[in-house]
Amino acid sequence: MISLPVFIILGLFTVAGAIAALSLRNLIHCALALTVALGGLAALYLQLGSQFVGFAQILVYIGAVAILIVFAILLTRGSEASEKSILSASWPSGIAVAIAVFVVLGGTILRSSITHQSLPEPTDVPVQHLGEQLMTKYLLPLEVIGLLLTAALIGAVIIAMQEKETK
Amino acid sequence: MDQLPITLKTWLVSFAPEAYRELVSAIISTAAIIGVFASLFALTTVLERKGLGRIQNRFGPNRVGPFGFLQPVADGIKALIKEDIVPRAADSVVHFLAPLVLVAPVFLALAVIPMGRNLVAIDLDSGVLFFFAVGAATELSVFMAGWSSRNKYSLLGAMRAIAQMISYEVPLILSSVSVIMIAGSLSTVAIVDSQAGGLANWFVFTPWGLAGFILFMIAAAAESNRSPFDLPEGESEIIAGYYIEYSGFKFALFFLGEYIGMFAVSGMAITLFLGGWHAPFGFLEWVPSYFWFFGKLLILIAGFIWVRGTLPRLRMDQLMNFAWKFMLPMALVNLVAAGLWHLLGTGVSRWLICSLVVVGPYILLGRTLFHSNNVGKRIYRYAE
Repeated sequence: MISLPVFIILGLFTVAGAIAALSLRNLIHCALALTVALGGLAALYLQLGSQFVGFAQILVYIGAVAILIVFAILLTRGSEASEKSILSASWPSGIAVAIAVFVVLGGTILRSSITHQSLPEPTDVPVQHLGEQLMTKYLLPLEVIGLLLTAALIGAVIIAMQEKETK
Repeated sequence: MDQLPITLKTWLVSFAPEAYRELVSAIISTAAIIGVFASLFALTTVLERKGLGRIQNRFGPNRVGPFGFLQPVADGIKALIKEDIVPRAADSVVHFLAPLVLVAPVFLALAVIPMGRNLVAIDLDSGVLFFFAVGAATELSVFMAGWSSRNKYSLLGAMRAIAQMISYEVPLILSSVSVIMIAGSLSTVAIVDSQAGGLANWFVFTPWGLAGFILFMIAAAAESNRSPFDLPEGESEIIAGYYIEYSGFKFALFFLGEYIGMFAVSGMAITLFLGGWHAPFGFLEWVPSYFWFFGKLLILIAGFIWVRGTLPRLRMDQLMNFAWKFMLPMALVNLVAAGLWHLLGTGVSRWLICSLVVVGPYILLGRTLFHSNNVGKRIYRYAE
């Protein structure tokens, strides 16, 4: 059962993390705030009853992607705090554009037919069902993703190898 | 006797009002886990120092209490009353949060390990995935500690530690996947249940299980930054690496987090390979199940201490080569062996074939990887 107070708390947590990731001065603080936002997303997945996706979110995003982001910040520049303000000079027009986009999108979604359908009840999907579907109905996407990951791995090795040769 | 903790907990929970029963039950489980494992941590510190001392032909601590066994009390008091020095240029918020981000997920990971019959804090459907997910979250604290100290060597140690932990996560997870494949479930309780019935059913006594267990223990030592993989924190290398700038209680928290991480991953090894809380033989079933679990845990801890006192430290490039060039292919070969084990049915043939599949690549990999080192005969030179 989706309980509204818990959803509001988790949503606020996630949005606060995202806003902090946008507006903090120090880039590393922003990366850590992004990690908090990703953790909030994982908690939302868990609240919807999908254990596998929630824990996979923690394992992949917080365990690997966040570390990759902080490594990237460290190995390039960005450890110095910026002198000038984070907000640009034309921030009122930016907020006006954002509100306009939100109104258009929200209006379109609310008037479509999705809101007239009833929401399905979230059920506990055991991991075994996920595995069965991956091996039967979604086998082709699984293999394609495997091929993509292999290509990425080979590309990473080639990039790293070339750096060693030119030294 | 076996269900004594459960009956105690139900009796305590029955005092609470009806609506709060689940919350009180969770709080009692959490408090029990923290209490038991923190005392085990205290015991392990003194056992380790005495064990290492005996391996190195000296006594360990022997002044505080009988045979030095009250040493953790002295260490705890020292850590509490030490001055908490934070460098002026350090990032104080991140510096403060780093030990917490280490200790909290590590205690979370202990929640899915079944410590006895019905003695698991949460019975999750994807318990093993939860365990590895929170294990991955601890790497962030290493980075936070290293970066926030504003110290070149601290940052260097943190980078090396993260590289090591990420590299060894892959063989760790892959060697547990072979167990998950055979047991057919990600739930730790189901994996322990599939090893019921005595020594012969434990996964460690199969060819792929033995190889998987050895791979898992090596990767576990690397994940907890234990010797011979403690280059990021070795005292003669980089003087405590990423927690140089921590003193007093925060250092004690890092220490606690590392050791509890060691306990958690040993507990997972026991769950996956060593049959969890099952007794080895049927006639020993009268001994309570948590006794078997903690007995196996103490044996594994003794193994860690033994290895620490024996093997020299691995260099960083040796470490990374070992992870990516040896352990990863061996873990994949182990997966194939586990699959063959399942498909070949029972009988002698599957033992032979699976042993060949595991031992053959091991010898081949060892020979080919070692060849390029050009290690000649050992020459002894003595002082004249």
